[in-house]
Amino acid sequence: MKGILNILEKDARTTPEEISKMVKKSTASVKSTIKKFEKDGVIVKYKTVLNRELIKDDNKAVRALIEVNIAPQRGHGFDHIAERIYRFPEVVSCYLLSGTYDLMLVVEGKDIQAVSSFVSERLATLDNVRGTVTHFLLKKYKEDGDILKRAERDKRVAISF
Amino acid sequence: MKISRKVDKIPPSGIREFFELVIGMKDVISLGVGEPDFVTPWNICESAIFSIEKGFTSYTSNKGLYELRAQISRFLKNKHNLSYDPEQEILITTGVSEGLDLVMRGLLNPGDKVLIPLPSYVSYYPVTFLAGARPVFIDTKKTGFKLTPSLVRNNISKGVRAIILNYPANPTGVSYSRKELSELSKVFIRNNLVVISDEIYDELTYDFSHTPISTLKGMKERTVYLNGFSKAYAMTGWRVGYACGPKEIIGAMTKIHQYTMLCTPIMGQIGAIEALRGSSRYVAEMKQEYKRRREFIWDRLNEMGLECAKPEGAFYVFPSIKNTGMDCMRFAKELLNKEKVAVVPGTAFGLREKDHIRISYASNMSDLKEAASRIENFLKKR
Repeated sequence: MKGILNILEKDARTTPEEISKMVKKSTASVKSTIKKFEKDGVIVKYKTVLNRELIKDDNKAVRALIEVNIAPQRGHGFDHIAERIYRFPEVVSCYLLSGTYDLMLVVEGKDIQAVSSFVSERLATLDNVRGTVTHFLLKKYKEDGDILKRAERDKRVAISF
Repeated sequence: MKISRKVDKIPPSGIREFFELVIGMKDVISLGVGEPDFVTPWNICESAIFSIEKGFTSYTSNKGLYELRAQISRFLKNKHNLSYDPEQEILITTGVSEGLDLVMRGLLNPGDKVLIPLPSYVSYYPVTFLAGARPVFIDTKKTGFKLTPSLVRNNISKGVRAIILNYPANPTGVSYSRKELSELSKVFIRNNLVVISDEIYDELTYDFSHTPISTLKGMKERTVYLNGFSKAYAMTGWRVGYACGPKEIIGAMTKIHQYTMLCTPIMGQIGAIEALRGSSRYVAEMKQEYKRRREFIWDRLNEMGLECAKPEGAFYVFPSIKNTGMDCMRFAKELLNKEKVAVVPGTAFGLREKDHIRISYASNMSDLKEAASRIENFLKKR
């Protein structure tokens, strides 16, 4: 079961037929396992990892990491206010953290102004949001385990014993 | 210039020309590579970089850094309950290749015979010959590329001094279970053979746990255990291996090593210390990946009619191409020219019959999938 997830996490395009060979299960059983993972929400969706810096004429979006301090609500803790925040499409990621602030957001906008106005008009004005600190992202080196560089050439000699 | 008659007698590799062809061609997917496709884990690289910055750029003891020998000793004790004294019974070599040459030269006298099972890794014959000994080849094709007690017995004659074992094996991927080794060891003991055991692929054993032959009763005193960091830790270019055995042979090997290699480069030795200290997670991840690829490629090859036994270790499959009607060199050349996939003809490993090829699955999954489709295409078009 876990093997199938591990294979798909590395390459979502691996077909059930290929997976069945790798894990020694029938194709039908692999298919039904994947279906179940999808139904249960273990597999949320399949998408592509891009390095946008290499896309010509891309409308480069601006990202910022935002620390948010929150007054938790009675009966809801952080969950309620977190939902108010993460439902904004500008919020790409939202984490609850231990430490000096509560939520860490990744916010995306078409330019610095867009991110700034999201923070000042939408985020900071919410009840229970006590304060925010915004860090604009300058360069991405590695994301979710993937190093964002051109694939490296195989440096091995083509034939060896 | 005239060269040594002895060296002159070593036949040139019959597939050199094929190599040139592969190397000269662009966009080839090579399944002919005998080393991991992974880069050395970063913690190992980082420790070597740090040591260079700190000025560790000198010779080490001829035997190798004591810390590395001690780590190897502890590692073998913990993993296999094997006890080797880091002072007298372990030598750090520049890869298993050097270790093998040292054993041969340290052990053999002119005219001694050495049993070499075929197919075998390419250096076994030349190092035996250069040491002045006589190779006695044992063809293992009829027994699924495995040595059996009777195969060994049938090849014993006066002057047979030693046997080279290699498991998991290059090029076939076969290995031996504890039971099989135990049966073989009885024949080795009865015939007073020294066993030179090249276990470089030990960590890449997929279906059972690897047993070093020196852990078996009566074997430690007659075995030279060769291993290294190249395959398990993806450290081929670092050239670090080790030899463990009785102090007399390790002493003799150290003598030759001190006058020829002097010592294994210190950066590699420091990297190896880190490999043993903190890399088991990466070894396990790489092994899992190889295992998946093995299942995939083995299944695909059988599906397209290239029969092969399931390899138990290493990262090779050794399918028969008999039913294609081609000999292995022609198969390899045509596959290269028509589909741009490189494999190694089985004759490179000393097999007389020309009906096998070696396929390495030390390639990433997407190359492996593509190569399998191309081979299938090649077979269909014929």
